[in-house]
Amino acid sequence: MQDVVAAVLITTGTVFFIAGTVGLLRFPDIFCRLHALTKADGLGLALIALGVAFLAATPGAVFRIVLIWFFVAAASATCGHLVARYARRSGAGVRHD
Amino acid sequence: MTPDLIYGLTGVAVFGIGLVGALSAQDRLRRVLALKLCSVGAGFLLVVGAWREPPAAPDPVPHALVITGIVVMVSATAVALALIRRLQTLEATDER
Amino acid sequence: MTDPLVIFDLLLALAIVALAAASLSVRDLFSMIVLFIIFGLLSALAWVRLSAPDVALAEAAIGTGVTGALLLKTLHHLRFASGTLGQKAAYGVTPVAPVPMAVIMTNAVFCGLITLGLVVAFLGAPAAGPGFDPLVAEAMPQSGVEHPVTGVLLNFRSYDTLMEVVVLLAAVVAVWQIERGLSEAPAPAMGEVWQGFARLALPAIVVVGTYLLWVGAEAPGGAFQGGAVLAAVGLLLLLTRAYVPQPAHRGIARGAFVLGTAAFALVALLVASGGRVAFEYPLDHAKTLILLIEGMVTISIAVTLAALFHGREPVALAKGDRNDT
Repeated sequence: MQDVVAAVLITTGTVFFIAGTVGLLRFPDIFCRLHALTKADGLGLALIALGVAFLAATPGAVFRIVLIWFFVAAASATCGHLVARYARRSGAGVRHD
Repeated sequence: MTPDLIYGLTGVAVFGIGLVGALSAQDRLRRVLALKLCSVGAGFLLVVGAWREPPAAPDPVPHALVITGIVVMVSATAVALALIRRLQTLEATDER
Repeated sequence: MTDPLVIFDLLLALAIVALAAASLSVRDLFSMIVLFIIFGLLSALAWVRLSAPDVALAEAAIGTGVTGALLLKTLHHLRFASGTLGQKAAYGVTPVAPVPMAVIMTNAVFCGLITLGLVVAFLGAPAAGPGFDPLVAEAMPQSGVEHPVTGVLLNFRSYDTLMEVVVLLAAVVAVWQIERGLSEAPAPAMGEVWQGFARLALPAIVVVGTYLLWVGAEAPGGAFQGGAVLAAVGLLLLLTRAYVPQPAHRGIARGAFVLGTAAFALVALLVASGGRVAFEYPLDHAKTLILLIEGMVTISIAVTLAALFHGREPVALAKGDRNDT
């Protein structure tokens, strides 16, 4: 039962990652791409972490997975902010059409 | 198809790419990076050599060697980058 | 039946090779470094697949994390020195004399031949040659630790590891000499969000680094991985300007650089004075000695890597005296 729940969660998470990647490849400018990546990957990561937590053997492992999720989410949000800031300051274009 | 074959060929390919880059890159920073790629390729080969079909445990000696190699490479990279920074500053003052 | 993970291996291998090629062919240097960092992290993943978690940790922390930070710092400095800081198109900032196309092609052909030779040699090598694993497995009870890689690094091949620490020491001495009197690029303004993240991450990094050091005795981890993670603390402090290196702190820094080498050599000498070979630790105290050495080496590695990132020796420059030459 746990395996099935984990598999479903991980698969759903992967779908979000794929959506984010498609956005990265298809969107016109850096800000749209960041929007796709940070949002979709954030949700994908949460789902995958939840799925893996179902497979974890010990409460300690679950705790570590939660910690990993928290810090990766915080780091990815900060990275997204820094990349957008860098792009804005160095005058990367926003596509208007 | 076992992991050692796949990653062994990956290591050789990465080493080759790094070698071409180190010789023909037009930029100092890129040359240093190419050398780092070479070292990663060599690391791949050593780790592959240490690999044993699971459940057998891998050979720890090459692993220790690769860890040593990584630390030595970061030292060498740091010195190379310091030299690049120095050279660039010297050239910038020459032009002024 | 083929292992379904073979597909994963093949995809990962393809991604690694493609990233290596892309990082050398992309024009923008910033993109080059970012691609290299992704390449390093995927290589670490590949090494986990090859059941080498220690190497993967070292590659992720030192080979990718610290090296990536060093490269980015250098790029920032180069753009500052060449006056292209903050400009959109700052491509090749340190062009060397252009190489003629014929030379590049000849080089490529020869590199291709070398690579081909390596492929032939790799495919022709005996599949499972005799390794050191039986010897290590036999000697593990005498090492004082339970994790084979730590046993090899800190006990069976201690000379290697001692020399490795000496190499780090030599690197920081060389960098301080090379950059003597060099003016520093202004720190990049990173904003409030980043400061908040640094405040959040700092305590966690300290815990993770110490944990990696401690767990090295029985599981993947150890002085080098822990030291590199702790070096990230130094990097965060330097980048947030929470700590600005002062000339007066050089003595402490020098002490920390030497600490690892000194402790390592001292233990070796003490052991040798007891009528043993230099690194033949007495079994009762082996674990204590190894952990002592590892702790000292970790401090040295963390401080040295942070100093390598900072680069210039913190010397007081007189006002207006830009001693660049």
